[in-house]
Amino acid sequence: MRYWGFFILMLVGFARPAWAGLTIEITSGMDNPTPIAIVPFAGSNGLPEDIQAIVVADLQRSGFFRPIPKTDMIAMPKSESEVFYRDWRMLGASYLVIGHMVNTGGQFQAQFELYDVLSQRKVFQKQVAGTAAQLRDIAHAVSDAVYEAVTGIRGAFSTKILYIEDLRREGPGRYRLVYADADGARDRVLFSSSEPLLSPAWSSDLSRVAYVSFETSRPAIFIQELATGKRMQMTNFEGLNGAPAWSPDNRSLALVLSKDGNPEIYTLEIATRKLQRITNHFSIDTEPNWTADGKSLVFTSNRGGSPQIYQVGLINGRVERLTFDGDYNARPRLSPDGKSLVVVHRQDGIFHIAWQDLKTGNMRVLTETWLDESPSIAPNGAMLLYATQHQKKGVLAAVSMDAGVKFRLPSKQGDVREPAWSPFAK
Amino acid sequence: MLKSFKSFAVLAVVMGLMVGCSTNKASEDANLDANANTSTGTGVTDAPVSTNDGASAIADVATVFYFEFDSAVLLPAARAALIAHAEYARNGSVSIRLEGHADERGTREYNMALGERRANAVRDFLVLQGVSSSSIETVSYGEERPSQMGSDESSWSKNRRVELSY
Repeated sequence: MRYWGFFILMLVGFARPAWAGLTIEITSGMDNPTPIAIVPFAGSNGLPEDIQAIVVADLQRSGFFRPIPKTDMIAMPKSESEVFYRDWRMLGASYLVIGHMVNTGGQFQAQFELYDVLSQRKVFQKQVAGTAAQLRDIAHAVSDAVYEAVTGIRGAFSTKILYIEDLRREGPGRYRLVYADADGARDRVLFSSSEPLLSPAWSSDLSRVAYVSFETSRPAIFIQELATGKRMQMTNFEGLNGAPAWSPDNRSLALVLSKDGNPEIYTLEIATRKLQRITNHFSIDTEPNWTADGKSLVFTSNRGGSPQIYQVGLINGRVERLTFDGDYNARPRLSPDGKSLVVVHRQDGIFHIAWQDLKTGNMRVLTETWLDESPSIAPNGAMLLYATQHQKKGVLAAVSMDAGVKFRLPSKQGDVREPAWSPFAK
Repeated sequence: MLKSFKSFAVLAVVMGLMVGCSTNKASEDANLDANANTSTGTGVTDAPVSTNDGASAIADVATVFYFEFDSAVLLPAARAALIAHAEYARNGSVSIRLEGHADERGTREYNMALGERRANAVRDFLVLQGVSSSSIETVSYGEERPSQMGSDESSWSKNRRVELSY
């Protein structure tokens, strides 16, 4: 465990361990997941992380795969010469992953191969290297490569998440901004406070996060550098200071201020602190999210009488309504391809996460839980994380964009909420 | 106006029942402030309720005002107590802090805006009653600081509120 600490300290500066940890419970999978055999890697005995188990958990969680238990395996091939396709056909495996770990003076290299059992061919042979502290990263890189080769979709197992934890007891450190792997492992506290924290947001280059903190007894927007832990207060206006969202070029934040008497959306150029007001309406305008071209924002407004999603052009200021289904649609997040958005949607008085195709306007409810909020889409667009309640506690849950795959990441302590799934590292 | 003075007597009794609740709240807030001072925040020091004659009268008046779901419209039940607060604030040179809150349903930043709308509704009422707007501070906590932890209408109705403090 000490090794993880070292690695993450290099990455996130003065972060402290969160201790909480999230464990995954899969609640629903795809109807016909692809059976895959992941053979324990040769030379991985005695390592502080179980590479095979991490790959198995990643692929299983994606919903696309059904990993075959290693106790069912009749052979444990270490190299191509030991692979006999009929062994794996008998087990019903469509794909086979084998590999071995090479340790040269504390540097680990995983060499791994993917086989298509049905067409009896090697799909690829790859290597990934890192320190002992990066064994989990090595395992996630294996998962990413296998996932992409089989599904054609880039894997997001190596990405990170942010979330807010509320320990539900008064005092210092009650509210925590936590940084963790996408599977909930290696969680670290980036900042904690006796006062509420909310709305964490990633810069697209993964170097900084923005969030709202009430540490001054009022809401204020802060930016924190991940590498150094250095914090910078960006706003201190009267009234609301909320909902920060990074522009795609990371030079500006979209945010919500009510300094002019009304919740309005502004952009703030970070280097110059130049503010530009974007919306101008007596209703509530909030929760901005940038389009990929950086030229417009989608946001929540109740200007039509109930919260709905609108889009505003930054140059011309023109506003267009995007959602029409139901009487509560809020906190939009655009999919990475820009073709759809996810929102918090009220149906029969219950709050769910819903997906809307922007071209057709068709909306589909993705979740069956209730009090759902804060959807955050994975950078590959395959799944989203959201916050919900389970056994009277705030927990994170995930659902695939086709609603077929669902899992929960319950917290061991307190309420967990407001997940923010990181973009891909460039 | 006459109507609201009639209901004032009834409300005064109700508010008397609520005093226990609101004094607890005050001491909790004091703890919070102490914690804020020991950590990185700058904290606030709310002035304790002063002990002159005006204060003991105002101490019996409700300090929490409730709202409907997704609404920032002041309910008639709040009027009498707010008129009493306005009279107290007009006569003494006190500053008022209004904290707006929302229930847990819906999105957090939208609820932050809703909480501010609620605090503003109370502020606007007090200003109409002659309180100087410069002596009123509003802050919204959205759904971040529920007074009740349950996920049912009875908890939600108590969480959709504005808390007034001096």
